[in-house]
Amino acid sequence: MENLKVLSYDLREDVVDMIVEGKCGHIGGDMSVMEILVALYFSQMNISPENQNDPNRDKFVMSKGHSVESYYAVLAEKGFFDKTDLIANFSKFGSEYIGHPNNKIPGVEMNSGSLGHGLPVCVGMALAGKMDALDFRVYTVMGDGELAEGSVWEGAMAASHFGLDNLCAVVDRNRLQISGDTEDVMGHDVLQDRFSSFGWHVIDVADGNDIDQLNAAFSEAKTRKGKPTVLIANTVKGKGSDVMEHKENWHHRVPSTEELKQIRKDFALKKEAFLNE
Amino acid sequence: MNEIPNRQAICDVLRKEAKSDKDIVVLCSDSRGSASLTSFANEFPKQFVEVGIAEQNLVSISAGLAKCGKKPFAASPASFLSTRSFEQCKVDVAYSDTNVTLIGISGGVSYGALGMSHHSAQDIAGMAAIPNMRVYLPSDRFQTAKLIKALLLDEKPAYLRVGRNPVADIYSAADCPFEMDRATVLLEGSDVAIIACGEMVQPSLVASQMLAEKDISATVLDMYCVKPLDIEAILKAAEKAKVVITVEEHSPFGGLGSMVSQVIAQNCPKKVVNLTLPDAPVITGTSKEVFAYYGLDAEGIANKAIVLLEDE
Ligand SMILES: Cc1ncc(C[n+]2csc(CCOP(=O)(O)OP(=O)(O)O)c2C)c(N)n1
Ligand SMILES: [Mg+2]
Repeated sequence: MENLKVLSYDLREDVVDMIVEGKCGHIGGDMSVMEILVALYFSQMNISPENQNDPNRDKFVMSKGHSVESYYAVLAEKGFFDKTDLIANFSKFGSEYIGHPNNKIPGVEMNSGSLGHGLPVCVGMALAGKMDALDFRVYTVMGDGELAEGSVWEGAMAASHFGLDNLCAVVDRNRLQISGDTEDVMGHDVLQDRFSSFGWHVIDVADGNDIDQLNAAFSEAKTRKGKPTVLIANTVKGKGSDVMEHKENWHHRVPSTEELKQIRKDFALKKEAFLNE
Repeated sequence: MNEIPNRQAICDVLRKEAKSDKDIVVLCSDSRGSASLTSFANEFPKQFVEVGIAEQNLVSISAGLAKCGKKPFAASPASFLSTRSFEQCKVDVAYSDTNVTLIGISGGVSYGALGMSHHSAQDIAGMAAIPNMRVYLPSDRFQTAKLIKALLLDEKPAYLRVGRNPVADIYSAADCPFEMDRATVLLEGSDVAIIACGEMVQPSLVASQMLAEKDISATVLDMYCVKPLDIEAILKAAEKAKVVITVEEHSPFGGLGSMVSQVIAQNCPKKVVNLTLPDAPVITGTSKEVFAYYGLDAEGIANKAIVLLEDE
């Protein structure tokens, strides 16, 4: 099997290229969510360009749509579209690769960008799966700041009410949003209790940027019957380089030439370390 | 070229007034940076409420504050404020008649390549259709400041939309004629009447200069008060003109163009052409690229006027 830890950094490089080329991008959340997407698309989900039209394939909605660069990089790597074309055209005039998921693009299920929509949409998908007695699974990733939207909790309530064990949500718990620390903006430190009181099975992923821990959690989720599962993935915003990590002003940003050099160097070091593991 | 966006002008007025008026409260939904309100939040922490990414909550909390005597200004991207919290705006603000000023920031296609989720091309239509909701799209920073000051003097609901980018000055500190709910006549002419709001006023004015070079005389109205619409000003401008053009950063339906056409059809029927965004997700690009593509820049407006007058 491919080294997914290394792949996560290859894709981080694609994301940075895309952002530099397109001169915009939500880089911080791209970096925190990368391993979650890689685990889903390369280990967990039954989804590929070949089975796109199979009603029984797994489904994914990128609820935190602003991390579209990582999502596009993963879809391109999966073969849904051409990576060179993506990097050359991201956010450019007339491009289909706009700065939020756009379902005119192969592999993208739902348009997103307005936060708080993914979970309720997934409730609908998971319900359809139950209605048709299909065994596909439904996944979504939300930001932690996103959880302030009431619609998230309406969806959470419905998911457990309908016993949607075919639904698995992930919270990219990077503890930052645009205005700073989530705990200063709108606190979520009792997140586990909140979800479990809404009837969910909660798995705390200590390091949400660790592919092995994520895969273990996703596998556990598949065995839980009768209720939906949420992974609280404790990630690092800007993961991969000290230039960006834990920094609120890297939510949306294009790295300078200097910063870019350091970021690329840090990515290379990480990859080397993984290869020597 | 002016580098101060209209949103900054809003913050400047609120910071000045909040010193003496402790009832002024600013509310944000993880939007203080994009609303240029970070300095307000830092300077007046007791008069600032952060609700997180929760636009419905933002509006209802504002209504509750207003009911208890506060003067809330709720600032959030126009796309989310005008659609996500539409019902809160309708019921808790307009219907319950609470003194809330809704500030839609990064309006229209300000967010450019971020796509339709982030564009607000239906906010005029939605908000204007709500009884007791006023709708304002100020054109430049000086007018924005005057409008905020005027809104502080009354206790009625209002929705106001500003763009993200700085707009070239139309007025100046010394010369910014402003009468509440009255359009500002920027130019009087006899061939074409151009009626615009928000960021579209500036290119309309430039277009009128291009037309003047071709001996076409234009009336230009800055219709910042989309609701209540200044009907008198529209009729006065239309009566003199051979053709009327409306210009707005909005969908073709239910915005300034629709409203102006309605007024003219009822009172002095003549040709009205609405320059708008399309009834479709707009092409990917910066707002400038988008405007140029759909003929919402000075060239596009001037060319439209020339073609229409040739047809007359
Ligand atoms: C409904 C809605 N309101 C506001 C925004 C603007 N916005 C985009 S990203 C963001 C912050 C997201 O923070 P978080 O959910 O923690 O995401 P992450 O840290 O993973 O980037 C905000 C407020 C939006 N996209 N949708
Ligand atoms: Mg976050």
